Amino acid sequence: MEKMTGDISLKMNQICKSYPGVQALDHVDFELRKGEVHALLGENGAGKSTLCKIIAGAQPMDSGEYYLFGERIEQLSPLEAKEKGIAMVYQEFNLVPYLKIYENLFLGKEMMHGLNTDKKAMIKKTKEVFGRFGIEIDPEVRVCDLSNAYKQLVEIVKAILEDAKILCMDEPTAPLTTREVTILFELIASLKKEGVSIIYISHRLEELFKVSDRITVMRDGQYIKTIPTNETNKDELVKLMVGRELSDEYPRRNVEIGEEVLKVEHLSTENTGISDVSFSLKKGEILGFAGLVGAGRTEVMRALFGIDKKSAGDIYRNGKRIEIKEPMDAIRNGISLVPEDRKGQGVSLTLPIRENISLVKLKALEHLLSIDRKKEKKLAGEYIEALSIKTPGMEQLVKNLSGGNQQKVAIAKWLAMDSDIIILDEPTRGIDVGAKYEIYLLMNELVEKGKSLIMISSEMPELIGMSDRIMVMHQGRLTGKLEAEEIAGNKEIQQTVLEMASN
Amino acid sequence: MKKRFSLSKIFVYLVLVVIILFFTVTTDTFLTSKNILNICRQISMIGICSVGMTMVLLTGGIDISVGSIIALVGVVAAKLIGEAGMAIFPAMLIGVVAGALCGLINGIMVAKFDVPALITTLAMQTMARGAAYILTSGIPIYGLPEEIKTLGQGYFFKIPIPVIIMALIFLFGWWLLEQTRFGRYTYAIGGNQEVARLSGINVLKMKIFIYTLSGLFAGLSGVIMLSRINSGQPATSSGFEMDVITGAVLGGISVAGGEGKLVNVIAGVLIMGMLSNGMTLMNLDEYWQWVVKGIVLLLAVTFDNMQRKRNAKVKL
Repeated sequence: MEKMTGDISLKMNQICKSYPGVQALDHVDFELRKGEVHALLGENGAGKSTLCKIIAGAQPMDSGEYYLFGERIEQLSPLEAKEKGIAMVYQEFNLVPYLKIYENLFLGKEMMHGLNTDKKAMIKKTKEVFGRFGIEIDPEVRVCDLSNAYKQLVEIVKAILEDAKILCMDEPTAPLTTREVTILFELIASLKKEGVSIIYISHRLEELFKVSDRITVMRDGQYIKTIPTNETNKDELVKLMVGRELSDEYPRRNVEIGEEVLKVEHLSTENTGISDVSFSLKKGEILGFAGLVGAGRTEVMRALFGIDKKSAGDIYRNGKRIEIKEPMDAIRNGISLVPEDRKGQGVSLTLPIRENISLVKLKALEHLLSIDRKKEKKLAGEYIEALSIKTPGMEQLVKNLSGGNQQKVAIAKWLAMDSDIIILDEPTRGIDVGAKYEIYLLMNELVEKGKSLIMISSEMPELIGMSDRIMVMHQGRLTGKLEAEEIAGNKEIQQTVLEMASN
Repeated sequence: MKKRFSLSKIFVYLVLVVIILFFTVTTDTFLTSKNILNICRQISMIGICSVGMTMVLLTGGIDISVGSIIALVGVVAAKLIGEAGMAIFPAMLIGVVAGALCGLINGIMVAKFDVPALITTLAMQTMARGAAYILTSGIPIYGLPEEIKTLGQGYFFKIPIPVIIMALIFLFGWWLLEQTRFGRYTYAIGGNQEVARLSGINVLKMKIFIYTLSGLFAGLSGVIMLSRINSGQPATSSGFEMDVITGAVLGGISVAGGEGKLVNVIAGVLIMGMLSNGMTLMNLDEYWQWVVKGIVLLLAVTFDNMQRKRNAKVKL
């Protein structure tokens, strides 16, 4: 860092915070300079989100010192934090979808012209602010018509308009496509020039090297180290995060691929824009689905699993034609789906871990019309251990778990069902490096047991590293297929897939 | 792991104790064995309906048609006995089935046609009440045989029969909700319906069944009411759903669905029964009682909301 070194906007010393059963933060130090992008890195449950919540006044700290622009902070409400210039940019957007961009920006503080709102002035001002960051945008477009990336830009600009000096971004690139990420990074660069400080949480290590100035690593609620980004590398960061070295990035497996177990022919949907998708899945195989966000991969799986209505297409299981109208039909036919949106579709937040894991399998746990608690506890215990879900106990409500652990519960629930075909939609999204590797191992173990997997992933290296074959989608259609021999040893494969996905 | 003291779990019992103390001090007749038996008998119908209501609330719905269904069922059974000369038991059975049918219609409208539960059951409330008046031309049916009183006014080993029925229904409801797949699915649907559907749960069937059960329990309460008042009254039990819903919410059943335990609803129902009974002993007129009960419902829901907000904050 050059000249700004002395200019500290935020400093935290020896922060402690505990929740029932968990020491979320254990004497954590953190420092943010003016105009700096400071990345927070750590596995799920390392305490990054908790630290951000304390910074933004959403949670009180138990002990420690918190200085904001040189002023000692004893107590901070979310509103006070906002007034002092701290803004959170959430993954879930806090925008009103049916209002226009400028209406969202000025919501609650409209510019007035007499008794009427001064639309012209607001539109002009909106253009100006976006222009300042080199973004061209029509202020009169409704937010619901924007892509995720632009929604996020609007959210950030809104914070800037409200005079934010410190921005907390929690996994801002998770919902974005590769091209959209570039736009976001450009905005971040202009924000830095204006002296805005950014706390940046992400699990995507490559990104941090592009965007951050310094990185603070946390592990199990403890402060590990703060390093300037240009003095470190990926291996060192992973080692610091995990506390041990990871061997191979993608574990190898040895599986004999067998007969065809699932065949989908000419699958189309009316409402979700899937047209004429055909593919097959063999026993012991991992079939990857590549494509940009919105290419229709999730929608294919939703239609296959009976969530969305099909307008055409046949599904064959072991050569026999089957009818899938509702998810229960798919489950009956030995198909499981671990959805991407774990909070909305994967787990019941209000139920304990035990009840989530056993939910799909309850029928098999019944004894004389009642649930056999002993069997159920055994099942839940097995999967908590197998997936190393971090929790004080199986009765913990899922909403009290960290994001990564919630994802593990969602996976555990479907593994417990023991289906022969498992569809994994972005199984490692939002999951840290160590846990990712565990999930890869688990996937290998499953195919070694003779199960067949379909994996959707937006992380190209992961898809290439794990899949036997890859299907590429673009705008609801299959636009390419890559066989095993084409994937193995092909250095330009990533480029090929990208071309197919955007043709 | 240390268990944190949770006010919400014992809140309903605190309120119960306060109410008992209050009425014991302010009246001399409240804490007598005769009056306690009386309260138990009075709450039996609220109690029976609260089991169905709890299930409906757990799925994230509501059923405000139970009061009208009680009236309709009473009238139907009274007509069959008094005018068609049918034997008491089969007539009452038909009455209960009629209640279940009303519930079935509620369930189909809510689950299959996605009509909001409040609107569906509001319509049923109006229709059932209307039907009760049509069947009787607005005139209560009197002159029923004396034996009809057994169900609502009789005793079994010194315990009022309706109280026994209520206890059995609570036991049945507890078993369903706590021990069976059905119960798990109910909580899962209330927690997140999409997750439930994706988990292979037949949400449609579950919801229809639950609303039918609520109608069935209202039907059962209807024949008990008939037996207690010994006549078919089309105007009876107006506003009854208010007591049932308040009882369930006081017992910690979240109006947002998915959270709450049936055991605590017993205390909630007791509170409602004691409030009515105590206020009557204090000679508070009925209109004031309505106001008090309305306030209690608002307070209970507000408390539930505050609890959930606080819980939502304790996240990692």
